[in-house]
Amino acid sequence: MIHAEGLTKYYGSLTGIEGVTFHVGQGEVVGFLGPNGAGKSTTMRILTCYMPPSFGSATIDGLDCFEQSLQVRSRIGYLPENVPLYTDLSVRRFLKFVASAKGVDARKLKGEIDRVVAVCGLDKVAGRIIGHLSKGYRQRVGLAQALVNNPPVLVLDEPTIGLDPTQIIEIRKLIKDLRGEHTILLSSHILPEVAQICQRVIIINGGRIIATDTPANLTHQLQKSALVSVALAGEASPALMGALHDLPGVVSVKRANDHQGRFIVETDHTSDLRPQIAKMIVERGESLLELKLMGLSLEDIFMQLVTEEKVQEENSS
Amino acid sequence: MKGFVSLYRKELHCLFASPIFYVVAFTFLIIAGYFFYSNVAYYNIVSFQASQNPFALKQLNLTEMVLRPYFLNLSVVLLFLAPILTMRLYAEEKKTGTIELLFTYPLSDQASVAAKFSAVVSAYVVILAATLPGIIFLHVLSEPNWKVVLSGYLGLFLMGNAFLALGLFTSSLTQNQIIAAVLSFGLLLMFWVIGWTRSFVGEEFYRFFQYLSLPSHLDSFTKGVLDSRDIVYYLLFVLFFLFLTLRQVESHRWRG
Repeated sequence: MIHAEGLTKYYGSLTGIEGVTFHVGQGEVVGFLGPNGAGKSTTMRILTCYMPPSFGSATIDGLDCFEQSLQVRSRIGYLPENVPLYTDLSVRRFLKFVASAKGVDARKLKGEIDRVVAVCGLDKVAGRIIGHLSKGYRQRVGLAQALVNNPPVLVLDEPTIGLDPTQIIEIRKLIKDLRGEHTILLSSHILPEVAQICQRVIIINGGRIIATDTPANLTHQLQKSALVSVALAGEASPALMGALHDLPGVVSVKRANDHQGRFIVETDHTSDLRPQIAKMIVERGESLLELKLMGLSLEDIFMQLVTEEKVQEENSS
Repeated sequence: MKGFVSLYRKELHCLFASPIFYVVAFTFLIIAGYFFYSNVAYYNIVSFQASQNPFALKQLNLTEMVLRPYFLNLSVVLLFLAPILTMRLYAEEKKTGTIELLFTYPLSDQASVAAKFSAVVSAYVVILAATLPGIIFLHVLSEPNWKVVLSGYLGLFLMGNAFLALGLFTSSLTQNQIIAAVLSFGLLLMFWVIGWTRSFVGEEFYRFFQYLSLPSHLDSFTKGVLDSRDIVYYLLFVLFFLFLTLRQVESHRWRG
């Protein structure tokens, strides 16, 4: 559905993005992940025909974003960063404009507006002036305008930024409900969010894509060792820790900072040493409270990728 | 022109929702009312004098003494206020970022330029129409030449279109409304004073500059003369600046 080939954008002498290539299939939900200034918005603006790329090409539904801009734009619902809205208009008035601009038939206009108002939970504020709404409601109005006319492709630039936790959960739920019908590309710098909503993650940093995969695969690939967290009722004796260290496959044993009896056993990637660890602790007469395998969070992966990138750059230069 | 109607409606809503329109209309009408009153008052005094002096009676002319100066005065007021009316058209959208919505909806650039221009012209027509009660008042008390009234309003309408087209263009250049207004006012003033160059340019140049000058084309309208040269001048002026605006807006799509 979305194809980006070698997208490059220069702002004067500054490089916005460089050689960004990715594909998003029909009905897929893909997260665009990166720190601020990584080039997420630039890529999205090119895909939504807001600006042309310096090099490369982007197509949506087989239509070129530069050559067939009007057709592409009628297939896209776009929520720009910072949610710009006509603050002088009322919500309903604004959505009416959006619907007629997107070519909704005059007879179906009211029904379509009622639909997006209901989907985005705007019933209470539909008659109010947008400028008087709270940030959360504005965000929803922004989402509502993207959903008008049910476009097959949704491009959402940081849809949950600046919202309070309840609102974030609501918006995430909303996006989850849209899965299947729509192809969704959303950007975020909040990693758990992407892990929750998206089937696939594209990690971008410094204007270049550094990884593309499912959240689970990324974790799997990058996890070089497994961590087992162990908690005892009393303090762990150095003798026990030494014995654990001697188990085959254990790389290191470290005390955790938060709890006296908690320590972390790092094992190599291939073996699951939990049974052996439990057995050893119980045999020594200690009371075991907790034993769990710690997975890498997306945060860890992200930090790892971004730092690896830096190290590589330093090595090459 | 895909989406012209929806854009035009939205522009009207935005125009009439913003206080700028009301401030401009209020100011324009107050000053217009003052000029109208002073012209009629002056006519009044002269006609009193004429009642004692039959020679002066021949000079008494409602068109020459009230209508013509009134239309010329209004054109000067418009010179100051038109830039205020147009400054927000594109500049505000750029500043608030709504231009990103505008450019990513399936709307053609021609439609956006045409809709913005038509909307601001509509607002201008509303302001002009609000000066009509004065003329009706004149009609009740005296016998104004309606042909002059109509051609005068047509002249003001065309000249206003020219002002607004230029203002639309300067608004498309920047995201700062003040800069748009100052640029527009500066350019309009240049087109205003360019006809005052007789003393230091040659005769041919003077005639050329005279043709370019905005106020020189209003003169015939205020006398009740419809000169095709003047009509063509204003229409060309409007088309030229609308064309420049369209090019400026479109440049966004290909500029790196």
